[in-house]
Amino acid sequence: MSLYNFGLEPLSCHAWNKDRTQIAISPNSNVVHIYQKSEKGWNKIHELTEHSGRITGIDWAPVSNRIVTCASDRNAYVWTLKEDAWKPTLVLVRINRAATCVKWSPQENKFALGSGAKLISVCYFEKENDWWLSKHIKKTICSTVLSLDWHPNNVLLAAGSADLHCRVFSAYIKDIEERPGPTPWGAKMPFGEMLLEHKDCGGWVHGISFSPSGDRLAWVSHNSSIGVADAPAGKEVTQLTVEHLPLLSVLFVSETEIVAAGHDCCPYQYSYKGPGNLQFVKKLDVPKQSSRSGTSAMQHFRNLDKKATTEEDQNELDTLHQNSITQLCIVEGPKSKVNKFSSVGLDGAMVVWDFKVQHFFFFFLKSSSRWLYICKLRKDAGICDDV
Amino acid sequence: MAKNTLSSRFRKVDIDEFDENKFVDEQEEAAELQGPDGAEVESLLRQGDMMTAFHVALRNPPVNTKNAVVKERAQAIVLRVLTSFRSSEIETAVRSLDRNGVDLLMKYIYRGFEKPTENSSVILLQWHEKAFAVGGLGSIVRVLTARKTV
Repeated sequence: MSLYNFGLEPLSCHAWNKDRTQIAISPNSNVVHIYQKSEKGWNKIHELTEHSGRITGIDWAPVSNRIVTCASDRNAYVWTLKEDAWKPTLVLVRINRAATCVKWSPQENKFALGSGAKLISVCYFEKENDWWLSKHIKKTICSTVLSLDWHPNNVLLAAGSADLHCRVFSAYIKDIEERPGPTPWGAKMPFGEMLLEHKDCGGWVHGISFSPSGDRLAWVSHNSSIGVADAPAGKEVTQLTVEHLPLLSVLFVSETEIVAAGHDCCPYQYSYKGPGNLQFVKKLDVPKQSSRSGTSAMQHFRNLDKKATTEEDQNELDTLHQNSITQLCIVEGPKSKVNKFSSVGLDGAMVVWDFKVQHFFFFFLKSSSRWLYICKLRKDAGICDDV
Repeated sequence: MAKNTLSSRFRKVDIDEFDENKFVDEQEEAAELQGPDGAEVESLLRQGDMMTAFHVALRNPPVNTKNAVVKERAQAIVLRVLTSFRSSEIETAVRSLDRNGVDLLMKYIYRGFEKPTENSSVILLQWHEKAFAVGGLGSIVRVLTARKTV
């Protein structure tokens, strides 16, 4: 794990470039900062200052190297790198409320933008007129769209919204792509078609994520619960209540393992093995081993004098993040086997976490008439000591 | 001079009712549960069978009705059962519940906090402490975010 603090302001959102040497973040303002990794930490190399409202979403397309940003000023810009400077292009999203989240599609030929106008704007580039156009998905959405995620087939889009529902829509744009084949979510997918609507997720759906194959959908909602919908199993929904404060962001790190984090300042791992089988695995942040070896008498009296208590200094949380985690992002590894993921929070810190899956090796040896099986469990701790 | 002589009847119109984009809660077709059976709970309490009375009182929570009378009645029954427990037995009772049960208990506890009587707050706080130990912050968050209140 490694932590880097980008200052005092909360980080609303972040995005990595293709080789993870640069990161784009927004410190809760209308500016995007791009930092370059160096031996000693991160150096700011660019500032993107076109928005007039607070930036709510950033996404960086790895292959085409374009950044899309959206803000509460009802605009979205697509930035392209020209001669070492980022040039913005306005996107006509046609919304009359703030934009809340934005995501490039897997093939990067379009992106989806959620907004407070109760609609999702799917934007694509039209070559003839050299501008970005948008199409709206409004069907049955009754409140702000809080989170979005694309299915690997580049057509299906999952949206979590503040009307307590989570939905899967088709964002198929026939001008720019081929008709998609059938998926476990449905076969007919005209633009705007709703393939799943799960009513009453219990609370505002803050985070949503498709599994690497796209067959499962996980979301976290404000009533401290996590839910998974399984398309091959008849779109059956499994929900698990969580004993912590609500989670804000969720990520599939393999086909069965889910990582979620939120107001509890700590990422948690969950495992989904089938309908009805969603379980908590473990907390991914091991508390700092506080190296407080017996306070000296001087410390003791100083505390007594200053704070009228002999207890030790407990100003910090024992998690790495000192405030809520707002967003999780994959850093290393293919979607089906993530090795590292990053989290940013309201404390201005960005942490890169290592993720290791438990490996089970089963060896079956048949000797004449008896079965001998050796089960070898290899568990990796994955924790660095120098934190 | 300052009095408006024109009709001010329009000021009594609730403009939000006519808003086309008004958010309406979807009507749940779930069965309307009528709350626990008061007579059964009373008889169990008289027999001294606290645990069963406790479980019966937590059955059929009136979450789907909008009928205030039903909800008040259910709340009164549950409060009666909670106050008749001894402090030492509270923990075992809470442990015997499953996750949904703990969430439901928390809802009743907070409902009980709303209208405190002489001794109820003390007892409810003891119950709250034990329920919190099992349910954690999540159970309290679910009380706050629940659309269907008990």
